[in-house]
Amino acid sequence: MLREHAKIVQFVSMANGVTGRKKLQKMIYIAKKMDFPFQEKYELHIYGPYSEELTLRVEELCEMGFLDEAQEDKGSYMQYSYEVTEEGSRFIRDTGDAPSGLGDCIVRMKEKSSRFLELVSTLLYFDHLPKEEQIANLHIVKNKLNFSEAEIEDAFSFMEELSGCIRQ
Amino acid sequence: MQYANEKLKEEKVFKDPVHRYIHVHDQVIWDLIATKEFQRLRRIHQLGTTYLVFHGAEHSRFNHSLGVYEIVRRIIDDSFSGRPQWNDSERLVTLCAALLHDLGHGPFSHAFEKVFDLDHEYYTQQILLGDTEVNAVLRRVDEGFPRKVADVIGKTYPDKLVVSLISSQIDADRMDYLQRDAYFTGVSYGHFDMERILRVMRPAEDQAVIKMSGMHAVEDYIMSRYQMYWQVYFHPVSRSAEVILVKILQRAKFLSEEGYTFKQDPVHFRSFFGKSIDLQEYLDLDEYILMTYFQMWEKEDDEILADLCDRFINRRLFQYIDFNPAREYRKLGELEMLFRKAGIDPDYYLVVDSSSDLPYDFYRPGEEEERLPIHLLMPDGELRELSRESDIVDAISGKRRTDHKLYFPENLLREGRKKKVFRQQILDILGRTEGRE
Repeated sequence: MLREHAKIVQFVSMANGVTGRKKLQKMIYIAKKMDFPFQEKYELHIYGPYSEELTLRVEELCEMGFLDEAQEDKGSYMQYSYEVTEEGSRFIRDTGDAPSGLGDCIVRMKEKSSRFLELVSTLLYFDHLPKEEQIANLHIVKNKLNFSEAEIEDAFSFMEELSGCIRQ
Repeated sequence: MQYANEKLKEEKVFKDPVHRYIHVHDQVIWDLIATKEFQRLRRIHQLGTTYLVFHGAEHSRFNHSLGVYEIVRRIIDDSFSGRPQWNDSERLVTLCAALLHDLGHGPFSHAFEKVFDLDHEYYTQQILLGDTEVNAVLRRVDEGFPRKVADVIGKTYPDKLVVSLISSQIDADRMDYLQRDAYFTGVSYGHFDMERILRVMRPAEDQAVIKMSGMHAVEDYIMSRYQMYWQVYFHPVSRSAEVILVKILQRAKFLSEEGYTFKQDPVHFRSFFGKSIDLQEYLDLDEYILMTYFQMWEKEDDEILADLCDRFINRRLFQYIDFNPAREYRKLGELEMLFRKAGIDPDYYLVVDSSSDLPYDFYRPGEEEERLPIHLLMPDGELRELSRESDIVDAISGKRRTDHKLYFPENLLREGRKKKVFRQQILDILGRTEGRE
């Protein structure tokens, strides 16, 4: 019971906090696509794959007092960041070990910008297609972001890197 | 004459309780309706388990798909045609996408997707692109045409106006299901002035927009949606049926993985219980087949599977109480432990279900929200986001409402003869002690 909630708390705890709702959404999606067992259902939205279920779960975790949400006024928008509370740490004490490789993936994802993770997650959303079609679809759904060829190549290398750290 | 432009000798109409008539002029649309993949939608309820609460809700995805097609046809032919922002060469692909947008739904869509981790949109695309009758019809238009329709469904079609007619915060899909579900459930919510919305809908670069003069009709539409979600879609009793449905499928999957021998080999589930799902097997599984299995599983030796199937078929649903995970999660842990002591598996008989909805949301550049807003077309040609003009919409914008329920089989707790002490403790914690309701 509340196992899926515990997984999210564990994720944020392993990340030592996450800044940005979008970033958290994309990190969990990428982890899910790397076969880590997250159950949240994702659909394609403005910023790429987005899970309403995850949004709801994070809200509940804040209400439960397991996650702390801080808001920062960035002028034209609010930025949200999440940290695990003491209560949250107690909640996940008996959750068991995280899957091997997840910690390494989280560290690597956290270093990246939201824009880059948006790029990676959108490419992963189309990963059932050949590479050229993945890129073509990216340009259609993200036409206003103007991702460069170099960024796209970096994104594919990053996916390889993540797959590599899971295989280790 | 090219197949894409071929018209029927005489217009065909379907009588429809929501739109009165559904008009078909195009040979392609007529041929698509006759395919077996589209006819399969007759065997999938539009509202899943809701018919167990609102007995009229027996309508299918077939009805709804025709309705979405009709709305889009009217938008294109009556509101958009001849306007410079609308490219009439997109007409057929838009109509086909509207008609076929739900093709990939499985039986009892949401429960099924949840257990087997499926995405109906993906399967819609697979049906459009795979070896199917639908694909054969679409290929007669053009070899690349199935791909175009699939791209509209997958939201990767370059013309975003086309995508927005089928998938946005004010699209033909929502406009049909709100009215249709209201009609078949018999509730008085869900009605709004669609005629007015269609009259004031205009094509713009990335989406359909609404003339300012139609703002009140849009307000009404948003409020209808809000009420339908809370009165019908999130009804706690139909959620109870859905909880049981999910648990049946989870149990059957678990048993299969454990090597359990079913009295009847569940051949239709073979690929669902395995790793990769075959498209033909996906299409073969509809609600008629699923219900047949449930009837067979009612007689299985596995007590949990048999009991859950009996509950679903004979409408012996779980009871529920309001539950606040934030305040009561410890209670849940305690209940779980007591269920085990009482010999009742909490993985199948103690379920927290959460429903949540955001009636309308908007984003402004730089913000972290995720939905394309509804835009109003002002008399001077400027576009303004709806909630900036409407106080009613502003009052509910971005406000998520959530409801949590805890489901459990009260009769099992009351009637079980063994380990009565634990069962009584559970009932006490749940506030269901005899004489208290």
